[in-house]
Amino acid sequence: MAQAVQITQKDFSSDQDVRWCPGCGDYSILANVQRVMPELGVRRENFVFVSGIGCSSRFPYYMNTYGFHTIHGRAPSIATGIKCARPELSVWVVTGDGDGMSIGGNHLLHTIRRNVDIQILLFNNRVYGLTKGQYSPTSRVGMNTKSSPEGSIDYPIQPLAFALGAGATFVARTVDVDAPHLQETLRRAHEHRGTAFVEILQNCHVFNDDEWIEVEDRKQRIDAGMKVVDGAPLVYGSEGARRGIRIEDGVPSVIELADGQDPVAAGVAVHRERYETPAYAFALASLARPEFPLPTGVFRAIENPSYEALLSAQVASARVQRGKGDLEALLSSGDTWTVEA
Amino acid sequence: MPEKPTEEIESVAIRFTGDSGDGMQLTGTKFTESTALAGNDLATLPDYPAEIRAPTGTLAGVSGFQIHFSSHDIRTPADHPDVLVSFNPAALRANVEDVRPGGMVILNIDAFTEKALTRAGYTEDPLPALRDRFQLVEIPFTKLNRAALADLDLRSRDADRSKNFFALGMLYWLYNRPMEPTLRWLEGKFKGDVLEANARVLKAGHAFGETTETLPRSFVIPRAKIAPGHYRNITGNTALAWGIVAASQVFDQEVFLGAYPITPASEVLHEVSRYRHFGVKTFQAEDEIAAISSAIGASFAGSLGVCTTSGPGLVLKQEALGLAIMAELPLVVVNVQRAGPSTGMPTKVEQADLLNALYGRNSDSPVPVIAAATAGDCFGTTLEAFRLAVKYMTPVVMLSDSYLANSAEPWQIPDVASLGQERAPFATDPESFQPYSRDPETLARPWATPGTAGLEHRIGGLAKQDGTGNVSYDAKNNAHMHALRHEKVARIANEIPPTEVLGPDRGELLVVGWGSTQGAILSACIEAREDGQNVSNIHLRYLNPLPPDLGEVLARFDKVLVPELNLGQLSLLIRSQFLIDAKSLSKVEGQPFLVEELRAEIDAMLGLET
Ligand code: SF4
Repeated sequence: MAQAVQITQKDFSSDQDVRWCPGCGDYSILANVQRVMPELGVRRENFVFVSGIGCSSRFPYYMNTYGFHTIHGRAPSIATGIKCARPELSVWVVTGDGDGMSIGGNHLLHTIRRNVDIQILLFNNRVYGLTKGQYSPTSRVGMNTKSSPEGSIDYPIQPLAFALGAGATFVARTVDVDAPHLQETLRRAHEHRGTAFVEILQNCHVFNDDEWIEVEDRKQRIDAGMKVVDGAPLVYGSEGARRGIRIEDGVPSVIELADGQDPVAAGVAVHRERYETPAYAFALASLARPEFPLPTGVFRAIENPSYEALLSAQVASARVQRGKGDLEALLSSGDTWTVEA
Repeated sequence: MPEKPTEEIESVAIRFTGDSGDGMQLTGTKFTESTALAGNDLATLPDYPAEIRAPTGTLAGVSGFQIHFSSHDIRTPADHPDVLVSFNPAALRANVEDVRPGGMVILNIDAFTEKALTRAGYTEDPLPALRDRFQLVEIPFTKLNRAALADLDLRSRDADRSKNFFALGMLYWLYNRPMEPTLRWLEGKFKGDVLEANARVLKAGHAFGETTETLPRSFVIPRAKIAPGHYRNITGNTALAWGIVAASQVFDQEVFLGAYPITPASEVLHEVSRYRHFGVKTFQAEDEIAAISSAIGASFAGSLGVCTTSGPGLVLKQEALGLAIMAELPLVVVNVQRAGPSTGMPTKVEQADLLNALYGRNSDSPVPVIAAATAGDCFGTTLEAFRLAVKYMTPVVMLSDSYLANSAEPWQIPDVASLGQERAPFATDPESFQPYSRDPETLARPWATPGTAGLEHRIGGLAKQDGTGNVSYDAKNNAHMHALRHEKVARIANEIPPTEVLGPDRGELLVVGWGSTQGAILSACIEAREDGQNVSNIHLRYLNPLPPDLGEVLARFDKVLVPELNLGQLSLLIRSQFLIDAKSLSKVEGQPFLVEELRAEIDAMLGLET
């Protein structure tokens, strides 16, 4: 529907003071989300932001939309209820690596599996911020924190591989401070029908500073990152040091590319968002520093009917087949009898 | 053939027992339907093991279904069955001591092999001794059933499956019940050989009753004199499910049910799932937490959110329930209680989640709690829970239990118009809108749903500033918000009707009950009054808040007795709130109260010899 008055980024900021630490990556994410919202063709009152608990979960308070700051890990379930009840709403979940991957792992898994048409933004800073610095399920092995003074001995989970394993129909990764890429990823997530799972690499300035500096810093990003684009080969690296990723039998390897060399002819894989199986996207999700560049972009985007659409369709078809429910008929169905006065 | 004589009796209680694979629940249910149509008042008690197929022939695998029916008002499935039907020795051994002395014990004598007796734990043939105490009716159901099906091409294992229907046919003859409802049901359910076999043995059993010399007469139980109206048979879980469906019509609003399978509440999910055309959405969640969370989300979005569970599930839901209290959203949380603690006895009854419902969350987090008293009452109590939730913008806990869930009673079908029409007062005006402003009467905050322009706002679990709903750590504000939430729930007391005292309105002893014990308490108190005892009784539907006149009613009696299927939870509340020496009578055996247990305690409190 056309907006009577043009709405802008400013219309999406609430009157609440933003209370993240100075230098936190969340500021940039918030600004970019507010920036993209007016472009999505959705009336402001039809946006709902739902979050759990953690630094990232303060997000809804700063958005001048409908918002629900809920309980630890449960945002995907609450969002599922909202979307099932009101499929016309644009529902966004904001979660973190602790909220989403740890306490809420089960809900995240099943929400993705059902393909509820919502956007899930997982801010991954690889640490617990709000509780002051414990290792999280995405922290690297060996990370020294207050709860792991001798180094974490937990093997980390890879959020995108988790989402792919759950059967995600849309999986993407972007970076807090890469504004154009973040905005484009948000637009793509919004366009997608079904669960759009977006991992946003986010800097926790206080407890895990510069965890993602290699892809946040514009210069380092060139050699340490790799933006994947549908239909384009997996290439990265600065002028004179161009490289590509070959994936053979599911095993990725790095190919050095000579100046002017055709990457595809050299065996570099071509990125496709719609491979029939998620095997390729898994391989992409497994690429880690320092052996490989850290890929960003849309890893996978396929189409499948969404849960709430199927649910609404069942209601509609039940009404066609059986008419609108008649309570009197229901209560008197089956064997009844009358006692005369 | 001369017709056998009939004898008129007032009431009878029959217990069908067998292996859990013998179809006892089905047999009992069919007998119940037929009995309802015969116009008797009735009450049933299904009692089955949690295992789907416990080892055959063992005590652990015994399944039972008791029905009590009568030409007058009845409220309980009866303390002691007059008739026991046992399909194997284990069923006999597990049940025979409950039978009233001199009662009838009908046995499938074909199943009484030496091996089966041993499996049941009998070291010698029990029948000679039982013949002195009971009227034993030994019938070769298996053989008779096979003979009736001899010309059908069925393996004997398949043929044997219908022996319960042979017995059912015989009992229809014995108690002059109509066969038609069961035949109609068979026609709708089966076809071909299976239909033929079941229909044929039902009739064969009936004919056998007519001719066998073992049964010299049949019994007639005249129609009960119950209030005029249109009736059906209903179980608590069906009534509860229909209450949920009815809410969608009464409020003209979509209902969203989030649930995770759990005994004994799952049937509510099954039943509600059949009625999508009412605009009822059901969601089978991945766990109890997701079930309540999805319902909270649906309520935030403007649906009537509800979740159904049993005790262990309620515990898992408590954190989210706290969120609904803080966010002040309407929500109905149904707990079909079962025996615990922990996994406990999932198919058996207890009413021991009262304190959990009231206090099982972090901090002071008041929630209204109401309880259904009978199977049919589950319908109205469910609707009442929705009404309170919407009017006061609060989650409401509705308590049922596994006895109500599975037991059946005749239910006067309410006139749909009498259920009324309610309208949720959705906020629409941006001018006056504040997320945490208050209705002066109910203290409810406005229900402003996404999609309403100009009302964009944020809610959540963090402490709220009065009015704006903004996050607030202000000390005085926090105390004020606590007081408001408390007062809001307390004000529900204003609409609780005056407590109805049955018996003298002041006197020696008041029996206070809640939930599914109503039938047994009422029977015990009526009997006691008939014996000239000074006993009154009240039954509470509202557990939080309690009725405003309760303290005054309690004060009119010398003594107060609180029977509960727990270790004294309501009694604890009454003692602490009203500072009286209420006495608790508790039973935690997974079974409802017997009337005689209550009478014995009443006698003891009145200082009478028992
Ligand atoms: S603790 Fe870390 S994640 Fe949390 S607000 Fe501060 S910088 Fe951001």
